[in-house]
Amino acid sequence: MTQTSRSTSESGSGAAVVGRGTQPGPKASKVRRRLRAWGPGLLLVSPSLVLLGIFVYGFLGWNIRVSFTSWRGQTPVYDWVGTRNYSELFDNERFQIDVRNLAVFTFVFIGGSLLLGFVMAMLLEKGVRFEAFFRSVFLFPMAISFIATAIIWRWLLNNGSGESTAGLNKLFDNIGLGFLFSDWHKTPSSWAIAAIALPAGWALSGYVMALFLAGLRSVPEELREAARVDGAPERKVFWHVVRPMLLPVLMSAVVILAHISMKTFDLFYAIDQGNLRIDTPALYMWFTTFQPGFFARGATIATLLLFGIALVIVPYIWWSVRTERRK
Amino acid sequence: MRYSRRGIVALGLAAALIALPACSSSANDDDGGSSGSGDTEVEVFSWWAGPGEKEGLDAMIADFTTKNSGIKFNNAAVAGGAGTNAKTVLATRLQAKNPPDSYQVHAGLELASDIEAGYVEDITYLYDQQGWKEKFPKGLVDAITVDGKIYSVPVNIHRSNLLWFNPATLQKAGISAPPKTWAEFLTQAATLKSKGITALSIGPGWTQEHLLENVLLGELGTDKYTGLWNGSTDWKSAEVTAALTTYTKILGFSDLKSAAADWQPALDKVVDGTAAYNVMGDWADGYLKGAKALKFKTGYDVVATPGSEGVYNFLSDSFTLPVGAPHKGAAEKWLVECGSTEGQDAFNPQKGSVPARTDADKSKYTDYLAAALAEWQNPATKIVGSLAHGVVANNAFKGEIDTALQIFVQDGNVAKFADAVAKAYDANK
Repeated sequence: MTQTSRSTSESGSGAAVVGRGTQPGPKASKVRRRLRAWGPGLLLVSPSLVLLGIFVYGFLGWNIRVSFTSWRGQTPVYDWVGTRNYSELFDNERFQIDVRNLAVFTFVFIGGSLLLGFVMAMLLEKGVRFEAFFRSVFLFPMAISFIATAIIWRWLLNNGSGESTAGLNKLFDNIGLGFLFSDWHKTPSSWAIAAIALPAGWALSGYVMALFLAGLRSVPEELREAARVDGAPERKVFWHVVRPMLLPVLMSAVVILAHISMKTFDLFYAIDQGNLRIDTPALYMWFTTFQPGFFARGATIATLLLFGIALVIVPYIWWSVRTERRK
Repeated sequence: MRYSRRGIVALGLAAALIALPACSSSANDDDGGSSGSGDTEVEVFSWWAGPGEKEGLDAMIADFTTKNSGIKFNNAAVAGGAGTNAKTVLATRLQAKNPPDSYQVHAGLELASDIEAGYVEDITYLYDQQGWKEKFPKGLVDAITVDGKIYSVPVNIHRSNLLWFNPATLQKAGISAPPKTWAEFLTQAATLKSKGITALSIGPGWTQEHLLENVLLGELGTDKYTGLWNGSTDWKSAEVTAALTTYTKILGFSDLKSAAADWQPALDKVVDGTAAYNVMGDWADGYLKGAKALKFKTGYDVVATPGSEGVYNFLSDSFTLPVGAPHKGAAEKWLVECGSTEGQDAFNPQKGSVPARTDADKSKYTDYLAAALAEWQNPATKIVGSLAHGVVANNAFKGEIDTALQIFVQDGNVAKFADAVAKAYDANK
C-alpha cells in the first residue's frame, strides 16, 4: 500500500511519447525534433520509471493476479478461481467487522484531526507570542513513529479500575473528573475503535495545522484589507475571502488523512494485538497471510484496500490536474 | 552542440542512477558467498531473544562452539510476539529460497506446510545415527513423525496445562486447595468474586486460546481432546457444546474486559493477589522464580489445570534442516548439539523447560522443574499436544480457529463457534 503515496507524483509523465516516433518517411525529421525535445528528459527519468514500473505497478498487478488464485500455504499456486475469494471475503464475519471498524475510524480520525488542526492554525494565525515554539510543539508528535506512539498510548488508554487505574483515567480521577472514566478501545461498544483516533489524531493534527497555517498565510493581506475597507465584518472576511482560498488545502489534508487511515497498521498492532474491536482490513491481511498462509485471501484484501484508496486519490489527482491546467 | 551536451549529461546521470543500486546490491552479496566447503559458519534462526530463553540459547551456543571450534555461530534471532514476528520473516526467506542453516519451529503440525512445500529435509538418518528414537519418549516421536519421516529435533518440552496461584491469596479467601475440576473452579470463582478477588487473570488472544485448549482437555478427557484435531470428535456434539459453555462461564469470572497486554502482566495480578489463578505454560516458572524472585511453594505454586492430572499437554521447540541450507555440514552438527544431553541440559534449566531426552541429568532441575521432569519421564503419563502452540493443528486450521475464537470471546455464541471450527477443519485438513 505504500505505492499510493507515490502515485501522485507521476501522473503527468510523458511515457506515451516513446512509441510514437517510429513512422518512416518525410515525417522523420519532425520525429527527430521531438525526440530532441523529449529525449534527454525522458532518459533522465527512465530509471525511476523502470523501478516504479517493476516495484510498484508490477507487484500491484501480481497482487491482483494472486487474488484470483487458490494459493494457500507456502507453495505459490497460479490457478484461476474467478471471484471466489472476493465473494468469500464479503461473507467473512471478521472482514465485515473490519470494514465497519475502518469506516468508524476514518470518520472520527479525519473529522477530529481536521477540527483540531484547524483550530490550532487559527489560534496561531491570530498571533501568539513564541509562535515558532508552539508550532514545533504541535508538529513534534508527527516525528514520533506510530509504534512509539502506540506504546505510550497503550498505557494512557489503560482501562484498569480501582487500584489499578492508570493513564488518562487516573488523570481524570486526580483532577476530580472521575465520571469521565472510559474503557477506551476495550469497551464492548462497536465504536471502540474510535478511541484509537485519539493517538492517531494526536500524531497528525499538528501536520494538519501546518497545512492550514500555510494556507492561511498565503491569503494576501491586501485582499482582506480590501474587504475590510468595503465594510465587511471579520466573520464575513473569513467566510468570503479566506475560506475559498483554503479549499485546496482542505482537499489535500482530507486525501492525506484518508489514505493514512486506510493503511494504518502499526498503531493498532502495537496497542492491542488481536483485539477484533480494533481490527482493520490491513491487520487482517497481515494476520491471515503470513501465519496461516492464506495468501490468496491476503491478496484479495490488499486489492480491495487498493481500490478503496484509489477511490479517494484518483478523483483528487483528476481535480488537481484540472485546476492546474486552468491556471 | 547545445543538445548533445545536455544529452550527455542526461545520459551520464541516468547511467549513474542505474549503477548506484546495482553497486550496493553486489556489495551485499559478498558477505554471504562462502559457500564452498561451508563449514566455517552456521546461521541459526529462532525467536529466542527474551529473558530466560536468550540465556538458554547462549549456554547451548557456548557448548556448541567449544565442541566445534572452527564454526562461527551466527545467531539470527527475531524478537517478539511468541515467535509470530520471526515466522513472518522466515516465511519470506523460505519463499525467496534464502533459508538459514537451521530454524526454530514448534514441533508438530506447525511444520506441516513447510514439509508440503519441500522446505525441510527428512532427517530420520540423524535419528538413526544418534540413536535418538530410544532416547525420546515414544509419544513425542509419534507426534513429530509425518508419513514415517522426521523433520525436526526437539530441544525442550513445555507443559501447557498448568494452573498457577499464590498460596497466600487462597488462604486469605478461605480456599483450602486448588480445584480438581472446572465445575469446582466455578464454585470457587463465585466465592472469590464475593471477596472482591478476580478468579482468573487473562491476557491477549493467544492466552485465551491457551485457556480454551485446557478447558476442552479437562472437560473432554485425553481421547476426545485428541479427536478434536483428527476429526473423530464432532465439534458440534453435546459434550463439546457443554465444554464450550463452561469456557464462556469461566471467562465470565475472568478480567477479560481489562485483559493484560501480555502473559507476564497477567501473572503479575496473581503475584499481587488481585487475581487468584492464571492458566499458563511452564515458562511462567522462569518468570516467577527469576524476574519476580519468588520461592516455589511459598511465593507461588502450581497444579495441573482442573481435570488434567496425569496428562502432559506438551509443546516443544525444535530445529530443522532446510533444503538448500548454505552450510549443511555445520547445520547437522548444530542439530546433533540440539539433540545431545549436554546441549539440552545447558538450555533447559535456563529456559524453564524439561529436556526432551529421558536420560537427562536430573540434578540440574530443581523446584518446579524437578517435579515436571519426573512427570515427563513417568511412562504412565499421557501425552497430548497443544493447540495454541502449534502441535495439533496446521497453520491454516489454527489461523481460522484464532479468528473464530476472537469473535466467540466477544459474542459468546457457542453454536456459531463450533460450526465455524468444524467448517475450518474440513476446509484445511
